[in-house]
Amino acid sequence: MVTTQPAVRARGLVKRYGTFTAVDAIDLEVPAGGCFGVLGPNGAGKTTTMRMITCTSPVTEGSLEVLGQSVRGDRRALKRRLGVVPQGETLDYDLSVRDNLTTFARYHDVPRDVASRRADELLDFVSLAERSGDKIEELSGGMQRRLLVARALVNDPELVVLDEPTTGLDPQARHHVWERLRGLKRRGVTLLLTTHYMEEAAQLCDRLVIMDRGRIVAEGTPADLVRMHAAPRVVEVQGVEDAAEAVRALVAGLASDIEEVGDRILVYTADAQAVTARLRDVAVAHMALIERDASLEDVFLRLTGHALVD
Amino acid sequence: MSIAPARLRDDDGLLGLWRRPRASLPVSMRLWRRNMTLYRRSWQRNLLPNFVEPLLYLVSIGLGLGLFVGEQILGVDYVVYIAPGLAAAAGMNGAVFEVTYNVFVKLRYYKLYDAVATTPLEPQDIALGELVWAVTRALIYGTAFLIVVTVLGYVRSPAALLAPAAILVIGAAFALLGMIITSLMPSIDFFSYFFTLFITPLFLFSGIFFPITVLPAAAQAVAWFTPLHHGVEIVRALVLTGALAEAGRHALWLAGFSALLYAPAINLFRRRLVV
Repeated sequence: MVTTQPAVRARGLVKRYGTFTAVDAIDLEVPAGGCFGVLGPNGAGKTTTMRMITCTSPVTEGSLEVLGQSVRGDRRALKRRLGVVPQGETLDYDLSVRDNLTTFARYHDVPRDVASRRADELLDFVSLAERSGDKIEELSGGMQRRLLVARALVNDPELVVLDEPTTGLDPQARHHVWERLRGLKRRGVTLLLTTHYMEEAAQLCDRLVIMDRGRIVAEGTPADLVRMHAAPRVVEVQGVEDAAEAVRALVAGLASDIEEVGDRILVYTADAQAVTARLRDVAVAHMALIERDASLEDVFLRLTGHALVD
Repeated sequence: MSIAPARLRDDDGLLGLWRRPRASLPVSMRLWRRNMTLYRRSWQRNLLPNFVEPLLYLVSIGLGLGLFVGEQILGVDYVVYIAPGLAAAAGMNGAVFEVTYNVFVKLRYYKLYDAVATTPLEPQDIALGELVWAVTRALIYGTAFLIVVTVLGYVRSPAALLAPAAILVIGAAFALLGMIITSLMPSIDFFSYFFTLFITPLFLFSGIFFPITVLPAAAQAVAWFTPLHHGVEIVRALVLTGALAEAGRHALWLAGFSALLYAPAINLFRRRLVV
């Protein structure tokens, strides 16, 4: 796919609240098309970055262009081209499910007949057609989140920004939202989403950045990031609080890196079987071993020294 | 890496409150239309309480207490005297309830404006839309009450036809004032202070029920600085005496008050919404 112009281009982007720096001079380039993720823990500056991109929070310093337009320019015109799923529940509780869509379409100055047609299509798309006359509080959390996704599409946006679209949902509802987002990707809409779920980033994102404490610490495809920043296999050792040093000493020669997270020791290695075999030999009481592939969570841990979700 | 020169928020500081808000009336009317659509769907339910309240005062104080008010005021019976002031108060209440409780809930509990601000409506457009809607509600309630007053035969001057315009000016003043209060309120509980310590005293001491000339000089001076007093005087002048010059003077006071509060009301709302 030929990308003429990135969907988002930030240079030295800074957001300060008083003396606190929430976003610390980040450079970010989100290509047009596909799904781009910003993975990071709470407080990493993800939401602040999204709010600057969606023109709802002023930029302190640096340059920020969205769809080729500066966020310091005509924000009303720029926002017409964006779809936004803000963090949390922000539906209009005074309006029915369907009226939430038509009313937001009117905010975007979509003609009434187009708004009406689009509302029906979108309710179908997020499987809420049967609930169109319902009140918002009659919807489950997952349905509300799907309605938020539909609402972000009423203006037929070129870029959809989603801030933690599945936080707080149970796994089934989360998969339901993911399905819709993959559907959007297939339609060619550019998605930019923040998440602190490693699995969400891995499932949806073609490219992503890892953000921590206001800075971007890594960028790439999920597979590249894992390959570059974590050994392919991980042995998780649990139940060895008293013998952590001994475990470290035992596997030192086989591991590319060893991290301690809470009561777990993560041994990054090319040869998990050898690590497991050596640890089994010493049989520490209550020890449990889990072998698995390295994931984005491991990338995050190794780059930042702390866990993604605590 | 190109970095623009460091700058503070462009609306920092006290003087920044009077910076031109650059709200767009056509864009803000999209939010007004949402409110109007909702209102029309349940207008009977919405109109009734706001409409009945001044009627209760008219009957209880005007007709009931009025029996014991022997003398006429301004050459009319007591109930006729208080009717225009109650219309002004209906306008005040219509506007002020909308921009306090209703806006606060949408701002802080529903977080609705956070979502609306992602559409072409800028925070200042949202504020203007709610303000115009609050004025609309003031017009609806004030005018509905004026119609009743007219039907009851309490109108003494053809200038009463201008009274809805007076209600509009009153609504604007109180919408702006309420919006400022809402933008500064730390929690919804503080509204009860605003209503008990400000709105209720205004209702009682602005000259609706008795001419403020009976108050001590200091209290009269205070009354002159409050918007409802001028609102009451305009509507009374139009409905009873037809004293257009006097009505104009009070209207000018209210227009000045609104002009002074317009930018701060919108800028403070924006500061509350945008972080």
